[in-house]
Amino acid sequence: MILAVVLLPLGGALLAGFFGRWLGKTGSQLVTCIPLVLSAIFACFVFADVVVGGHAMKVPVAVWFQSGDLTAQWLLRVDSLTAIMMIVVTVVSALVHIYSVGYMAHDHSVPRFMAYLSLFTFAMLALVTADNFVQLFFGWEGVGLASYLLIGFWYDRPSANAAAIKAFVVNRVGDFGFALGIFAIFFVFHAIQFDTVFTAAPGLAGKSFQFLGYNVDILTTICLLLFVGAMGKSAQLGLHTWLPDAMEGPTPVSALIHAATMVTAGVFMVARCSPLFEQAPIALAFVTIIGAATCFFAATVGLVQNDIKRVIAYSTCSQLGYMFFAAGLSAYPVAIFHLFTHGFIKALLFLGSGSVIHAMSDEQDMRKMGGLWRRIPFTYAMMVIGTLSLMGFPLTAGYFSKDAAIFAAYARGTDVGMFAFIIGCFVAFLTALYSWRLIFMTFHGKPRASDEVMHHVHESPLSMLLPLVVLAIGALLAGALFAPVFVGEHWAQFWHGAVTILPAHDVMAHIEAHKPFWVESLPTAAGFIGLALAWYCYIRRPDIPVSAARTQEPLYLFLLHKWYFDELYEVALVRPAKWLGRVLWKGGDGIVIDGLGPDGVAATVLATTRRVVLLQTGYLYHYAFAMLLGVALLVTYYMFAGPHG
Amino acid sequence: MQIGLEHYLTLAAVLFTIGVFGIFLNRKNIIVILMSIELMLLAVNINLVAFSAFLHDLVGQVFAMFVLTVAAAESAIGLSILVIFFRNRGSIEVEDINAMRG
Repeated sequence: MILAVVLLPLGGALLAGFFGRWLGKTGSQLVTCIPLVLSAIFACFVFADVVVGGHAMKVPVAVWFQSGDLTAQWLLRVDSLTAIMMIVVTVVSALVHIYSVGYMAHDHSVPRFMAYLSLFTFAMLALVTADNFVQLFFGWEGVGLASYLLIGFWYDRPSANAAAIKAFVVNRVGDFGFALGIFAIFFVFHAIQFDTVFTAAPGLAGKSFQFLGYNVDILTTICLLLFVGAMGKSAQLGLHTWLPDAMEGPTPVSALIHAATMVTAGVFMVARCSPLFEQAPIALAFVTIIGAATCFFAATVGLVQNDIKRVIAYSTCSQLGYMFFAAGLSAYPVAIFHLFTHGFIKALLFLGSGSVIHAMSDEQDMRKMGGLWRRIPFTYAMMVIGTLSLMGFPLTAGYFSKDAAIFAAYARGTDVGMFAFIIGCFVAFLTALYSWRLIFMTFHGKPRASDEVMHHVHESPLSMLLPLVVLAIGALLAGALFAPVFVGEHWAQFWHGAVTILPAHDVMAHIEAHKPFWVESLPTAAGFIGLALAWYCYIRRPDIPVSAARTQEPLYLFLLHKWYFDELYEVALVRPAKWLGRVLWKGGDGIVIDGLGPDGVAATVLATTRRVVLLQTGYLYHYAFAMLLGVALLVTYYMFAGPHG
Repeated sequence: MQIGLEHYLTLAAVLFTIGVFGIFLNRKNIIVILMSIELMLLAVNINLVAFSAFLHDLVGQVFAMFVLTVAAAESAIGLSILVIFFRNRGSIEVEDINAMRG
């Protein structure tokens, strides 16, 4: 059954990809949607079996390769962590597949799109079921490939191609760190199986090795390298630049990337490698700081963006920051719990915004929306549910998971924890502000679109609305239902040792413990303040944001340009790389290699033959003369030298 | 004056040289080249017959007969090629025939 969960999407992808031409539009939609739905149902059974039944499973498939000490096996490892990820991935992915049937109805290459979606899902499932680092890397790269294909799906748009290349290249930077981490693990442990490595990890705590004359802590190095990979995939500060640009892909892709596959891979990997990270406190602190910084950075940028999808994209970036700082504070269950609820919330918001874009005839700029809630009340209701949950409205899913992350930061009791706690509370306020800004700008106020567009505004087809309902239920109830088991008092029974937390780092026990009233209520209060401010600024007095942007222009431009990260990279990395490339291309390749190599040899041969050709006059008597001369010479030679000469 | 072998050989050599120079110095006509080739073959024939008579070996004369037949066939073929060539190109000037020029 576990095998079926993983392989069904692959089957769908292969069928739709290779035989899409014969299957046609409807056929390829069927062969991808049905396996995905089946896969999601099976994943629920697996979840019941593994988590509730309490036995982690390993399903050997085949030996991949063997070389000396290095043995890589195809082996599906399913414990609580994997089972949760399987649920998130397959359920969200199945809903996105169904949604795409409606959303992509007018596209020309539906089979290709469906095939890529299924391939994406398969790669993510391969990633979460991995039993060794090489298998993890396979899924990791598969996800990168599929995201590249999907972001660049509309390959006739230059901007989509540029975004796809950007996503791929930025991910390469992260993957380079990740690959180095895997090499280091093999170098140190002589194994790549999770179990072997994790068992040996405590013995290596505090050990160091020589590198360029410095003593470097082994586990810290490994964890930092692995985390660089996670930063790339999960779009953390520094390597986040690809995520907003990834909006060039179709909206279902954005939902898939942000909710289920791809960006969650980094959080999953850190949780999976918790036995390693637990032994490397410096790496953990680094994870926390980067997470908190990303959390803050992305939320501030999200405040001023005008593209509806970009706002949600930065929101994802910010929420990933929550997950990482929770993980960095050893509260891995909290991180995964937030990942779980965030999957529903973000998929809901993205698919809802896709429904808005669909209704607005492919308009994404919020400045040209407004007043839509009467026209598309259903989408409006779904978006409001998603936003409420995201801001942490009491008893919604986001309330449980985000507050758990913030409380974990408080309960940790270290300086880094305090830093994360303050940032977390402040970002809770920012989250509410930018989320409600989105709702108010899109759905309330006066319509700012042209009459023609407003006339066309219509509710989306059923295949697009149905997934929204399912996700909305998840966004409302997933927290209340699962919070007690995920992060409650008996969390250890639920996780069955899938994550390791050292007794010294034990924050889980303190999350539920008694806290001062102000800590208890601060995140929620911050959310409500954000809501009130958004209402005041965008409904009551819409002139305030405009004048604020004018009076605080440097700050506004700083945020609008996303802290100038893209510009910085352009100057510091892209241009030197292009310059170097041009030098090597024109000088190295063009002049040196081509000049001396192929082109040079060809030119020499041509010049020689051009001279030789002049010998061929075409006059018969010249040939005859040459022949005679030859005969005369030969005869003379034999006469003087003799036949044996 | 006794006519000896050397007289025949000298005659053949002179004829042969005339043939060779006929080929090289001729700037006019292909037919002249064909005639020069005939001349060279005749020079060879004279050599063969002369040696045959002086060495008392008939094989040389048999060979001379063969050479004659081959020469006749060769000039027949050469002339017919020449006729066709003239029909196609309208000229048999040696200077005009340089289609193989590189």
